[in-house]
Amino acid sequence: MARRGLSDKTDKPKDIKYVLKRLWGYLMQYKLWLLAALVLTGAGNVCALIGPSLSGRAIDAIHLEGTDFKEVGFYVVLMIILYILSSVLSYLLSVLMIHVTRKIVFAMRRDAFNSLASLPVNYFDSNYAGNIISKLSYDIDTVNTSLSSDLVQIFASAITIIGAFVMMVVISPVLVTIFLVTIPLSIFVTSYIAKKVHPLFKKRSAALGDLNGYAEEMITGQKTIRAYSGEENIIGKFDEKNEYACRSFYNAEYYGSMSGPSMGFINNLSLSLISIFGAVLYLFGNISIGSISSFVLYSRKFAGPINELANIINELQSSCAAAERVFKLIDEEKENARDVIDKTAVINNTDVSLEHVKFGYIPGRTVIHDLSLEVNEGALIAITGPTGAGKTTLINLLMRFYDADSGSIKIDGVSIKSISREDLRRLYAMVLQDTWLFNGTVYENIAYAKPDASKEEVIAAAKAAKIHEFIVRLPDGYDTVLSENGINISKGQKQLLTIARAMLCDARMLILDEATSNVDTRTEQYISNAMRSLMSDKTCFVIAHRLSTIRNADMILVVNDGDITETGTHDELMAKKGAYYNMYMSQYR
Amino acid sequence: MKWFISYVKPYKLRIALELIIKTIATTMDLCIPWILGHIIDVVIPSENTAFIAIWGALMIVCSFVCVAGNISANRLASSIARDTTMNVRHDLFEKIMSLSSQRTDYFTVPSLVSRITTDTYNLNSMTGMLLRLGIRAPILLFGGMIITLSMDVPLALIWIAVLPLAIGVFTAVSMHGVPLFSRLQKSIDEMVQVIRENISGVRVIKALSKTEYEKERFSRVNERVSVNEEKANVAMSLTNPTINMLLNLALSIVIFIGAYRVSAGQTGVGTIVAFTSYFTVILNAVMGITRIFVVVSRAAASSKRISEVLYDAKDLERVDTDNTCDDFIKFDNVSFSYNKKKNNLSNISFAMKKGESLGIIGATGSGKTTLINLLMRFYDADSGNVYIDGRDIRSYDNEVLRKKFGVVFQNDIIFADSVRNNVDFGRNLSEKDIISALKSAQAYDFVSNLRGGLDTVLNPKGNDLSGGQKQRLLIARALAAKPDILVLDDSSSALDYKTDAAFREALKKNYGNSTVIIAQRISSVKDSDNIIFLDNGEIEGMGKHEDLMRNCAMYKETADLQMGV
Repeated sequence: MARRGLSDKTDKPKDIKYVLKRLWGYLMQYKLWLLAALVLTGAGNVCALIGPSLSGRAIDAIHLEGTDFKEVGFYVVLMIILYILSSVLSYLLSVLMIHVTRKIVFAMRRDAFNSLASLPVNYFDSNYAGNIISKLSYDIDTVNTSLSSDLVQIFASAITIIGAFVMMVVISPVLVTIFLVTIPLSIFVTSYIAKKVHPLFKKRSAALGDLNGYAEEMITGQKTIRAYSGEENIIGKFDEKNEYACRSFYNAEYYGSMSGPSMGFINNLSLSLISIFGAVLYLFGNISIGSISSFVLYSRKFAGPINELANIINELQSSCAAAERVFKLIDEEKENARDVIDKTAVINNTDVSLEHVKFGYIPGRTVIHDLSLEVNEGALIAITGPTGAGKTTLINLLMRFYDADSGSIKIDGVSIKSISREDLRRLYAMVLQDTWLFNGTVYENIAYAKPDASKEEVIAAAKAAKIHEFIVRLPDGYDTVLSENGINISKGQKQLLTIARAMLCDARMLILDEATSNVDTRTEQYISNAMRSLMSDKTCFVIAHRLSTIRNADMILVVNDGDITETGTHDELMAKKGAYYNMYMSQYR
Repeated sequence: MKWFISYVKPYKLRIALELIIKTIATTMDLCIPWILGHIIDVVIPSENTAFIAIWGALMIVCSFVCVAGNISANRLASSIARDTTMNVRHDLFEKIMSLSSQRTDYFTVPSLVSRITTDTYNLNSMTGMLLRLGIRAPILLFGGMIITLSMDVPLALIWIAVLPLAIGVFTAVSMHGVPLFSRLQKSIDEMVQVIRENISGVRVIKALSKTEYEKERFSRVNERVSVNEEKANVAMSLTNPTINMLLNLALSIVIFIGAYRVSAGQTGVGTIVAFTSYFTVILNAVMGITRIFVVVSRAAASSKRISEVLYDAKDLERVDTDNTCDDFIKFDNVSFSYNKKKNNLSNISFAMKKGESLGIIGATGSGKTTLINLLMRFYDADSGNVYIDGRDIRSYDNEVLRKKFGVVFQNDIIFADSVRNNVDFGRNLSEKDIISALKSAQAYDFVSNLRGGLDTVLNPKGNDLSGGQKQRLLIARALAAKPDILVLDDSSSALDYKTDAAFREALKKNYGNSTVIIAQRISSVKDSDNIIFLDNGEIEGMGKHEDLMRNCAMYKETADLQMGV
């Protein structure tokens, strides 16, 4: 099953442009909103930009003697109005952007989850749950933070930079030449840092996912670890991963935290140059003090966003790395990606035939070598054999959790590859060895396969599965919420609940994979009638060890090493005195 | 957040160094606008080019000191954050590993995992930010305050008067916003829950074609998260524009009043110019402080979640008693309840000698696993005593006690590691012991057929093995260290009869340990020296197979059903 690697560390870094393009695709769904944001940003920043020029004029109107207070007052009032306006606009803008971001993040999460829901079982068999969860929570959250603040910043910065630049040119074209030195410098520094930081942020995301996966696995296995006093060993390994994750964070920050001060430095440098040259210009009578003051304010306005941009680029780096992991999940090949569905195919009966089926989870490790089988509608097929002989694998193939490497499986003469997976799976009801219940009420769990089931039906199913008594003794009866770690429900009780669930489901075929392995024999006997009625009229595949449960099968398949070694009814196989006979007799040893 | 201080303390020298460097660098930041004001007010009117050059050069030097200081201080800050986070995570994980089962159940696994990752990450962000901005922002703020006060007291007082207003706005917004963030966190937990269930139940969901339903279910929690997110963020987004506006209004008033003071000869134009420059600095400082507050308040919630686990009272401590008994394992009138309402086990008494075997059988939910939980002291009995090797189990050091056991639990796990490491489990066992354990567990054949043999790396949870293969591997793990007591909790259910019988044969031949076997099948326990039939937490019957067949109706019924008589 390890057809895919466990972590994303080994993957080639994808083009950052590709990630941006994908993000762009999400953004473009909200064109109008973004346009509105653009307008708001523009208006807000123009207001903020005019501010310094007004304060410059106000200052110029101040003289030691004969200050025109009316003029000063006029500019000051204008300033106040503009600043209030700019604040209101910037508040509106952030509300708007938060709204858009929320929509985008919602869509990304939805897409990621929908992709997840359509992935083949193989993906879940070979990836840590913790790592997958980390993509849907931590990684998307990173993208979220950066979208909601950074996009606005980029807009605002662009407008402020351009606006401030224009204003500075108006005030003193000579002084602006200073920026010929400082702008290329800041571009150089920013791109240097960005280049350094991108792979580091990617590593950071992967390391956190890895740590999450490990912690989850170990905490789940805590009891086992404790039973073997393995804590020290496990903690040692955790420390390695922890250290790696912390170092990855540090390494990303090592370069990341350079950008702020570097930009600050460039600002200060230009400020120094402005004062020197401004002073010189003043001496030659080319500029007023008020103009120098406005110019300084503008240069700060100009430098501020460039400074911010450096931070933003940092954040964008980290969110690009996160987005890449999310997009990778979205782009994983779907279970049905290569399905070719024949719409004309109709399935009337449930005759099943397998022809020369060959399969292995890992190339070169064949589990089923050459399996051929004919099953008639309504038949009860029991599959038995030593552990590891490939019994569950057969179920995986029948339900297309995995596809056979070669050979074919047909139902009513129709290849199961030519009908949709949903249609195929709807033909089956199943009870597995691994019981799965979700965080919902007992009622919801039983009615899972048939949400429109009436209360009476649900209770009848629970009664048939002999779990009704247990349920009514729970604190809230059928409305008791089962949590993932519901400690007071034993594995056997869980299995009875899943049996009740299968009883509610109207399917024409039934798969029981060790369905009662956790149920004690007496309870099993109690539910045997219900099981029998569950099985009646259905084509059944039953995997069982307890030979007593499979004695009545129409056909018993003894599977060994991926091949059927014996077939026949109980009596025939007993007469043969082969593998089945030996197994049966060994029960009484 | 007091507990966190003890984690920062070891780095006090580095922190002091970082703070000093940061202070110097920040002071330089403050000097630059002051020099600027000086140049405009004093140097330019003096019309001395040499002075202009000197002061200009000084500004450039300040800039250099500033950048070098800030970068090295930031790196120091990151390294301190890295080391504290590493330590917190280590201790947290260690503590989690030592939590009793009862406490783990209480916290739940997903919540513990998120405390290890997300919450420690929030602390990391906070530490880094506090070190970087925590000193810089106040210095900028108070430095700016002092400098402007030294330049012109009345003008400085104008903007200082705005500060309480800004703080008021901020507090009001936070009071409203922080609870919204807690609600957000809760809805995120719900979302993660749904994802987790979809991962673990993938086969069932697909088999029942419930994919669309699950998408719908996810969409609902997703929507809830989104709405809560928007609410919280919108609430918080009021801060910046408001504070921005307040300070800019103050600036406008400064200019207006400044005009009067200039014309009255009380202040210079350069001072007003410098004032405007300081305003940007101050504005940034105030913004920095609000950002710190947001990060700190989020980290405060995380810190609480971490300390809850970290300082969770230890239960299952060693208790000094001189209770002894003559038997190897003994339960003396033991009762226990998980929820302390209804007993899961009542008045259990039995004893076994060294090397004997005990079979436990009974209906689902009859208390078989609970008995093991008490035997291995994952929980303490509510009443009665449990003895091992003649001593009360509470008098053992937990590690010493557990070393006596080899155990396979009901839902035991295989780790994503090699077969060898899964069996060895960090105990440094010899190759010989590992192989003989694999052989006795009937696992050696299939293991040697794996591509890498003993060194084959398995998938998470052993997903590439069949149920029976997993169980055999787990049994090998339990046997490998030749424990005094072997506990198998329903761990041969996936073995076919033949394999099961061969395993029991090998167990008898190669290992002389006491064995406790929980099973569904009579055949797995019928050769035991003693068999307990549990029903509803009470002993319904006890004795050898033959005795029970005679005395215990329920046992006989089970046996008859299974043997197909």
